[in-house]
Amino acid sequence: MRNLISLLFVGGLVFLLLVLTLQAPFAEGPMLVGKGILQQGTEETGTANLVTSVVLGYRGYDTLGELSILFTAALALGVVLGRRRPEAPRDLEAGLVLRASSDLLFPLLLVVGLYIILHGHLTPGGGFQGGVILAAAFFLPVLARPSQRISHAGLMALEALAGAAFIIIGLLAMRHGGQFLQPLLDKGQLGSLLSGGTLPLLYIAVGVKVGAELAGLLVRLGDAEADS
Amino acid sequence: MNQLPVEYLFFVGAIGLVGIGVAGMLLCRNLFRVLLALVIAEAGANLLLVLTGYRWDAVAPIVLPGMPAGTTMVDPVPQALVLTAIVIGVGIQAFAVAVLIKIYHGYGSLDRRRLAAMLDRDMNELAGVGPGRSPEAPAGKRPFPPPEQQEGRS
Repeated sequence: MRNLISLLFVGGLVFLLLVLTLQAPFAEGPMLVGKGILQQGTEETGTANLVTSVVLGYRGYDTLGELSILFTAALALGVVLGRRRPEAPRDLEAGLVLRASSDLLFPLLLVVGLYIILHGHLTPGGGFQGGVILAAAFFLPVLARPSQRISHAGLMALEALAGAAFIIIGLLAMRHGGQFLQPLLDKGQLGSLLSGGTLPLLYIAVGVKVGAELAGLLVRLGDAEADS
Repeated sequence: MNQLPVEYLFFVGAIGLVGIGVAGMLLCRNLFRVLLALVIAEAGANLLLVLTGYRWDAVAPIVLPGMPAGTTMVDPVPQALVLTAIVIGVGIQAFAVAVLIKIYHGYGSLDRRRLAAMLDRDMNELAGVGPGRSPEAPAGKRPFPPPEQQEGRS
């Protein structure tokens, strides 16, 4: 009976959403903000990737809030999981294949992650995507060798530094007479690596922060005592 | 037969994902599956959001060197919003997994009904009431319990 009601509810929800979305004109909606950004975005921010200009330029404040949400989630996770007892049993070391391939993948993932962060204003990608890849690079060796430790203090310091850098760049913009997080510096030539003013710097800060945050989060989850 | 426009397929796909996710959240008894269903529903919602910025014959909103002026691009705003939504989703999932780990340590099960029964039992024990009564029920006789009865409550 309960299942039946649940299915009815889901059917009604899907029907409602379908009716609502199919009434809207597909692929030719008003797009009021987007049109303006597409026309002026490259001149105003100097980034080739317009999604980056939205994320860091037009909605930089929103990105700061996003970072703080991620930080809060990591904090809450640490509070919920608590400290691991030193004598708690650990998982066994992985086999040779896993250990060797994690060693092989580590530099590759590091390069790919840094490339994606640094080219966030030119190509698809950016701080969040690259940061996740960096986190994976640092988490893989821990998966292969559970006894190996990653220093939590180091990760936290890195993360705090990156978060502070993001806010300091935003405050510097205010000191130069602009709004908080307004893009600064020379916009450079469109499409070159050194372009977009402070936006690449902001994305580097985001990338380091997300990478350190997610790596710490994954290590904590993997570190949770298997049984107690 | 009336041919269905292809955009219906996009919407049916995205909304179908939301439906599958919500159905999974309601029907699954294992809490970890509930979390996975939440992830599926989130993916559907993100897809729906990206679809609102879609344009026919448009390219990704990235200006490339050899691109002719006036090329139509898709709306970048929903894409930035979805980027935000994905990151927040990751935070929520990580936190939910941490809570699930704690629940499993405490009760040795992730089954929703068994957990509810065990939680009820524990709460009744803490409140000092028998199994047949709710811990929220007022002690003594209503409307106003006499003072000696209030003291007699364990």
